[in-house]
Amino acid sequence: MSNSDNQTELQKTMLGQLKASQRKKMIFNLVVLALLILAPAVIYATFLMKILCFALFAVAFNLLLGFTGLLSFGHAAFLAAGGYTTGYLLSSYSGLTTEMGIIAGTAAATVLGLLFAIVAIRRQGIYFAMITLALAQLLYFVFVQAPFTGGEDGLHGVPRGHLFGLIDLENNVAMYYFVLAVFLGGYLLVQRIVNSPYGQVLNAIKQNEPRAVSLGYNVDRYKIIAFVISAGLAGLAGSMKTVVFQLASLNDAHWHMSGEVILMTLLGGTGTLLGPVVGATFVVNLEYQLSQGPLGDWVDPILGAIFVITVIAFRSGIVGEVQKFVKKNLN
Amino acid sequence: MTMTKKLLTSAIASALLVGGAQAAISDNTVKIGYLADMSGTYRDLAGPNGEAALRMAIEDFGGKVNGAKIEVLTADDRNNPDASSSTVRRWLEDDKVDMVAGLVASSVTIAVTKLLEGTDSLGLVSGSAASSITNEHCTPNHIHYVYDTYPLANGTAKAVVQEGGKSWYILTADYAFGHALEGDVTRVVEENGGEVIDTSRHPFPTSDFSSDILQAQSSGADVVALAKAGADTTNAITTAGEFGLTQSGQTLAALLLFLTDVHALGVDTAQGIQLTTGWYWDLNEKTREWSDRFMEETGVRPTMVHAGIYSSAMQYLNAVKETGSDKAADVRKQMMDTPINDMFATNGTIREDGRMVHDMYLAEVKTPEESENEWDLYKILRTIPGDEAYRPLSESKCKLVSGSVR
Repeated sequence: MSNSDNQTELQKTMLGQLKASQRKKMIFNLVVLALLILAPAVIYATFLMKILCFALFAVAFNLLLGFTGLLSFGHAAFLAAGGYTTGYLLSSYSGLTTEMGIIAGTAAATVLGLLFAIVAIRRQGIYFAMITLALAQLLYFVFVQAPFTGGEDGLHGVPRGHLFGLIDLENNVAMYYFVLAVFLGGYLLVQRIVNSPYGQVLNAIKQNEPRAVSLGYNVDRYKIIAFVISAGLAGLAGSMKTVVFQLASLNDAHWHMSGEVILMTLLGGTGTLLGPVVGATFVVNLEYQLSQGPLGDWVDPILGAIFVITVIAFRSGIVGEVQKFVKKNLN
Repeated sequence: MTMTKKLLTSAIASALLVGGAQAAISDNTVKIGYLADMSGTYRDLAGPNGEAALRMAIEDFGGKVNGAKIEVLTADDRNNPDASSSTVRRWLEDDKVDMVAGLVASSVTIAVTKLLEGTDSLGLVSGSAASSITNEHCTPNHIHYVYDTYPLANGTAKAVVQEGGKSWYILTADYAFGHALEGDVTRVVEENGGEVIDTSRHPFPTSDFSSDILQAQSSGADVVALAKAGADTTNAITTAGEFGLTQSGQTLAALLLFLTDVHALGVDTAQGIQLTTGWYWDLNEKTREWSDRFMEETGVRPTMVHAGIYSSAMQYLNAVKETGSDKAADVRKQMMDTPINDMFATNGTIREDGRMVHDMYLAEVKTPEESENEWDLYKILRTIPGDEAYRPLSESKCKLVSGSVR
């Protein structure tokens, strides 16, 4: 009798704690959302859009690295495939609405992701990374040569157009809210995936692949699906970026970009949802600040040093370390 | 009563006048944004020393135009059109920048000039090579000042053929820039009675050129042309130097080579190379005088890009002074109406497509015996008149040119 009483007591307090922490999370989310909505009044809108595009790119990448344990070193290929497809379609066919161009770019990156995944997924670790890098480099040379990309000059003058044929995206504020909506959509999708039963399987694969196999999961298929979703979201980020800047360039396809997204993710914290967002914000901001000042020469060495320090001293990244600190001291 | 009325009207009138004068130069400041590669491959040819050249121009001008102060903002383009695009957008919207100087990588230049189109700000392009900048990508908001690929191919190829280099071997970097140069060179060589025996293409970028150079050597061609730029060119030249290509009687023609590249290579390696340049520090008294001052500031001799940044900024400020306005349309018109005569150009003119047409020079890199000091690098073989060097307007695809072939 008293035993079961105790149990219900315990359940109640646990439930209460859960509710309290949920409430805390809810408040946190609302505050962040409010800040994002109000941000363009204070911070320059194009700059915010750039951050959001890279944040989406990093979130997509983190679905693989942080939640599936796959290190792709060729994610620039998807960013560029999305960007070039959208850019080419929007500048060649004036009848096409902006969202159709973006959907087409995302679809192109998704298909490309499937092709990459089929080739690369059979190998693990460094071999997987090298295969993705090699495929991305192949694609880089295609972009260098193909007539529609404009080669090293890039694809310029992509019209922003009208969203649903109604909202004029030339207006920076309208464009910002569109980018914000797309980013939140992508972020929530990844959050949903990670917390779904499918995400649990991905986590199992990350932690112990042979055990997942022995439990009867078709591991390759799970990994391919994760890879394709990640590629599609990276393509979406590329498409958005092209519409924001009205250009697509070879920089997006270069392996530097694949490296940069790894830096953003590791810096922010792999395996945390918010990590890549914080990492992207940090890196984009740092690059911008340094390029404006007398330290322009030092951008690459500084980024390199930060990377080394993070990997050695703060393995779980900015968000990971903050979470650890909160757990240790505040609970 | 009448007295106060008179006073009032005169006060109002003078207030209006002052207001009018201020409106001409926006916020009574001429803001210049300097955008160039400060940390990457193109650092030496433009970079921080280009900013020094720009500041020299402002100082020589007196620091003020019609009482309005001149401010400079600087940013690294990171050779990245996205980053440059967001920097320049911010410059235009928040900082109200009136002129953007520097502009090196072609992708950056095209992105920035597309942004400038339709605004009141002007872009003065000094670093870029692509001739498309004043052809299919021309806008009423920019001027391409120093050089472009058209005279590079045209000048070098024509001159070398006329001097007896009849058979050609072209080493091409396999991307759009290389293809464009290769096409131009082939056309010019054939028009002048020469012949292209063979071409070989290599991926961009490449560091090992030994097999290409050996092929070129065994082809027996009089001239080996390098249709490429930057590190590809310097690597190919180094390899050619190791295999003694020029010493064995062949001419090496580099289509795009900067003074800083030659300086880095050294005359031992680079001797005998023929190239076209828009400017050289040791041309005459005026250029030497300016270059000495530049060297005091920076410790190096200026490239044609540095000189172009100085000269174009001077022309711009003069035009602002003359028109009393910093609106792109007014200033550009004034600059087009004024022939350029300074340390950079003699009778340079700006055409309606934005191309600044001026004399180019065919140069040869000196031998170690001829070179008197580390910066004594070129001997000028001939002057190529501007209207012969640049693409004629009759071939233009620019929308600003009436009767263009567009």
